Amino acid sequence: MGLVTASARGSYSGGFSWAMGRDLRLAWRHPDEAVLTLAFFALVASLFPLGVGAEPQLLARIGPGVIWVGALLAAFLALPAMFSQDFADGSLEQMTLSPHPALGWAAGKVVSHWIVSGLPITLLSPFIGLQYGLTPDTLLVEALSLAIGTPVLSLLGGACAALSLGARGGGMLLALLALPLFVPVLIFGAGAAEAQATGMSSQPHLMLLGAALIGALVGLPAAIVGAVRIAVD
Amino acid sequence: MTESAAALEVRAIACRRGPALLFSKLDFDVFPGELLCVRGPNGCGKTTLLRCVTGLTRPDEGRIAWLGQPVSSDPARFRGDIAYAGHLPGLKDDLTTEENLEFALRLRDAPVDRAAMAAALEDVGLAKRRRLPARRLSAGQRRRIGLARLALDPAKLWVLDEPLTALDDAGQAYFVGLLDAHLAKGGLALIATHHDLRPPSGSVRELRWAS
Repeated sequence: MGLVTASARGSYSGGFSWAMGRDLRLAWRHPDEAVLTLAFFALVASLFPLGVGAEPQLLARIGPGVIWVGALLAAFLALPAMFSQDFADGSLEQMTLSPHPALGWAAGKVVSHWIVSGLPITLLSPFIGLQYGLTPDTLLVEALSLAIGTPVLSLLGGACAALSLGARGGGMLLALLALPLFVPVLIFGAGAAEAQATGMSSQPHLMLLGAALIGALVGLPAAIVGAVRIAVD
Repeated sequence: MTESAAALEVRAIACRRGPALLFSKLDFDVFPGELLCVRGPNGCGKTTLLRCVTGLTRPDEGRIAWLGQPVSSDPARFRGDIAYAGHLPGLKDDLTTEENLEFALRLRDAPVDRAAMAAALEDVGLAKRRRLPARRLSAGQRRRIGLARLALDPAKLWVLDEPLTALDDAGQAYFVGLLDAHLAKGGLALIATHHDLRPPSGSVRELRWAS
């Protein structure tokens, strides 16, 4: 009997590397999506000086917040693609039925999403900050706060994207779900750079952001898996 | 395992979709080496029944046991033993034929052997198209990637929803050959189809909706 052969068992690392390898390869095939996210970020951040006037003091004052809002909107823009295509082409069904534990591939998808959205935004942010005349240590704290904060956005956004799967007007629903949840991340992220710019310590803000990241890492992958299960049912 | 033990036991399963009761108190077994064809008119719940068995859809009532154990006690093991192919192919348009097959096998935790993959693609007639992105393939050719996956996936239970859709005569004959080899190895198959499947070896039973 062929039935005595061992079953495929799967592993967390197998699911993680599968999802990351596949999503990064797909992103590499279509670099335009990642480039558009970055271009959107640069554009939004460059519109503010045109709107509020190019007074150096004012720009240095609003710079950290504007960069964070731009980063948040750009990260949001990349969200719908995280699960919608896998949902439409049946990949999510196959992933749900994989012997690999779902937490593995869910984490892999979030990490690859961050690599193509949050990471380039973080790396670009010092150059945008220069436009606003931010000091070098403010630029550094800004980039650091983005490096800690954008993974939280990817995790939160991933859970919201999975929840809005299959809903009519999914994009609008996603905005209503995700943007309010991004608010605390925005407050602490922009707060860190602003505190640095005004000569105070940025440490409390960064530590709160770090705490948010740890909390998100613990809780949200399971929420993503739960939402995906509901969506494919 | 004795010859008489059913590998898949479904007991008193029921599923509602909104107000409509699709089926209830449905019992059936599938034995090693057996094909169970699910038949019935469109919209009667064949797809839902298949999805309930895989665990994609949660049945409203009922129990499913695999190799004598309730599926709920070790769902990961059960998932490792099922190859499911539904209406959606699960292919990525931007990946090549070969990459689609490789990622499908890795997701199943099946061994990825280059030579075996090349041979399977040759068998389904996609050898010359293995470096083409899936978006450039026809509907039937995309189905054939799924056939190559089935050929290489060691899963014991096949749960297939209309596997012959979009396949030409040669493709259908190849599928019947694959199914026959699967059953001869002691594999099980649960297939919803409107076609008459007659694999030479292995027994065939039908689960038919009364119209």
